[in-house]
Amino acid sequence: MTFKKIIIAASLTLSIAAAAFAEEPTKASTAPGSTPAVAAPAAQGAPALSAATDQTTAPAVAPPLAKKRELKANKVVTLSMFAVIIGITMAVVVWAAKQTKTAADFYAAGGGITGTQNGWAIAGDYMSAASFLGISGLISLYGYDGFMYSVGWLVAYITVLLIVAEPCRNAGKYTLGDILSFRTNPKPVRAFAAISTVAVSTFYLTAQMVGAGKLMALLVGVPYKTAIVGVGILMVGYVVFGGMTATTWVQIIKAGLLMSGAFLLSVLVLAKAGFNPIYFFDMIVHSPDIQDHVSKLVLRDGVILNGIDAGQRFLEPGLFMKSPLDQISLGMALVLGTAGMPHILMRFFTVPTAQAARKSVIIAMFIIGFFYVLTTLLGFGAAINLTPQGIISVDPGGNMATLMLAQQLGADIAPIMGDLFLAFLCSVAFATILAVVSGLVLAASAAIAHDIWVNVVKDGHADQHEQVMAARITSLVVGVVGIIIGLMAEKANVAHLVALAFAVASSGNLPVVVLSLFWRKFNTAGVISGLVVGTVASIGLVMVSPNMTYPKIVAAGAKKVVVAMEKKQAALPAGVLLDEKDAKALAKAKVDELKDGTSMMGLDKPLFGLKNPGILSIPLGFIAAILGCLMFPNKRSEEMFDEVYVRQNTGLGMAKAVEH
Amino acid sequence: MAERQYDWATIAQNPKFLELTHKKTAFLFGWWIFSTAYYFLLPIGAAYAPGLFKIKIIGVINFGYVFALSQFFVSWALALYYAHVANKDFDRLTRELIDELHL
Repeated sequence: MTFKKIIIAASLTLSIAAAAFAEEPTKASTAPGSTPAVAAPAAQGAPALSAATDQTTAPAVAPPLAKKRELKANKVVTLSMFAVIIGITMAVVVWAAKQTKTAADFYAAGGGITGTQNGWAIAGDYMSAASFLGISGLISLYGYDGFMYSVGWLVAYITVLLIVAEPCRNAGKYTLGDILSFRTNPKPVRAFAAISTVAVSTFYLTAQMVGAGKLMALLVGVPYKTAIVGVGILMVGYVVFGGMTATTWVQIIKAGLLMSGAFLLSVLVLAKAGFNPIYFFDMIVHSPDIQDHVSKLVLRDGVILNGIDAGQRFLEPGLFMKSPLDQISLGMALVLGTAGMPHILMRFFTVPTAQAARKSVIIAMFIIGFFYVLTTLLGFGAAINLTPQGIISVDPGGNMATLMLAQQLGADIAPIMGDLFLAFLCSVAFATILAVVSGLVLAASAAIAHDIWVNVVKDGHADQHEQVMAARITSLVVGVVGIIIGLMAEKANVAHLVALAFAVASSGNLPVVVLSLFWRKFNTAGVISGLVVGTVASIGLVMVSPNMTYPKIVAAGAKKVVVAMEKKQAALPAGVLLDEKDAKALAKAKVDELKDGTSMMGLDKPLFGLKNPGILSIPLGFIAAILGCLMFPNKRSEEMFDEVYVRQNTGLGMAKAVEH
Repeated sequence: MAERQYDWATIAQNPKFLELTHKKTAFLFGWWIFSTAYYFLLPIGAAYAPGLFKIKIIGVINFGYVFALSQFFVSWALALYYAHVANKDFDRLTRELIDELHL
């Protein structure tokens, strides 16, 4: 009984921590129309915004051509496309609900998903709206760095393919806890695995929900709260009634829509360049608007570049990513974190064999990689056709670049096509959000219902009916909590939450998964110490990192702006006032200047200099797992290694997972 | 649901199994290290060898762009190569092992 209490206390603490993260007030998103969450393909999304809105000290991004653009989707067309998507997915849910009778059906679609289907579903599960809109936006504003950023998201799948996919298929059943508890003391291990799964999913889900709300509000003018509740109800509906089967098909449909949207738009972009890639790149380098944009970007670093040199600079690294260590740290979290993401791991239990798991990863890699290559075309295409200045005027983070591009290129064919194409891409974004959040809710519910309820509380004694009931109720609760967090976090800076999810997955989950599968001596103590240290280190480091708001630093920055603006004012002839933009910046700086106090953690300035903790927290997770297990050796765990190792390599004894 | 009992320790000592796991381990970890190293050359190179990344290769397209693009092709090629080796060697060894055990 005490054990149950510990779990409840720990889960409570975690949800409070998640809420506290979400409460952290935003520092950069005060600019109208900025959508921090969508810009958050991870940590690097945040600077995209702050680069544009925070650094008022160098008001260099003022669009010289002042191409003020508007982006408003045609409400009727867009909402009817949404209705079509909702209709189709609901039909899938009804069909899936009829097939969902056992726990294996609910969590793993009865193991009846083929490799190809699962490959599309993995891609659909993985490519969030942040990838779709955020990365092309980054490319449209910062060129090469945006492209370089996208690479890690694909390379991450090499780890999934080579190290975790097949062994997990062979050794697991429904959840992370199943893999880890095989030769350890199952109750504590499952409990900790569940907590870590819920933590990762909550961080990721919060970022997705807030992004969804902001995106819908901006695009179709649905109020933020309505959008969150709407998305939330659909997500709960998919998972509660259709379980893994419905979630899988929603993800497949979404991946298909996303790829066709990206492909169509890329064809239009390339058509503008006569399908000649060399000419396409020439257009980038020779675009006067891009040249002007780059000149102003590099001027902040005190570099003077003009004309064609500035255009060429757009294809070179360093316009956006200024901290190599942060970049490497993020790369580590991506490469190792993807393989530790519970909602990705869970996908491998839906296929019947290790061969199918292998095939599904390879198919997913081609889809995801092809998508990011297309994203480059979209990003550069947006820069050429819309100009970076025009993109910034709609959203300083560049998140709207793809959608604006669709509208423009469509309208070039026929005015009505612009509206239609924009509406289509909005519904792709909508489907994307639904698919990703459903996967997360399912992973979190599986951890709570299967690991904690069935295996810890009920000692594994629950019949199929009870298990499915527990899973459905838990999904409902998790979904409702997700909606509430989404509603509370409207004004929060959620940009770092995606990076945090990857950090926890790479530092907490991945080390213990790998060691469980490949190291004879690994045991209960190792799993627990690895999970706890990896998770706590990631969260702790982010809490003392530059991701948090430090009032004293904000005030110091504001002081500089005030001084600069007053100087500017003094330099103007008497009677002439600062222009509107400068005056606004000055007024804001004067307020910020008075800010005092400390960050959430009571700090004046960050203790840890990087936005991404991976470079430190991943080694800590590994060391803790290894030390923990060496300090408390366990003979039974060692003896059972033969079984785990034979199973994970050969798939012997696996039939259990697909009993039918 | 009567589950079949296996003598895991004996299987773990089977020469076929040892051959399978040795081959697999060498392949998987070796290529994982290669691909990870190749990936990290990208951010490291971009940060510390910007001169190299600026060298133009075709028209205005520079080394940095080609290198970043090559990451995609290297990943895909490795995935296909792994599928080829796994289908040909690892799956065959696994089948032979299972046949030998008369399962």
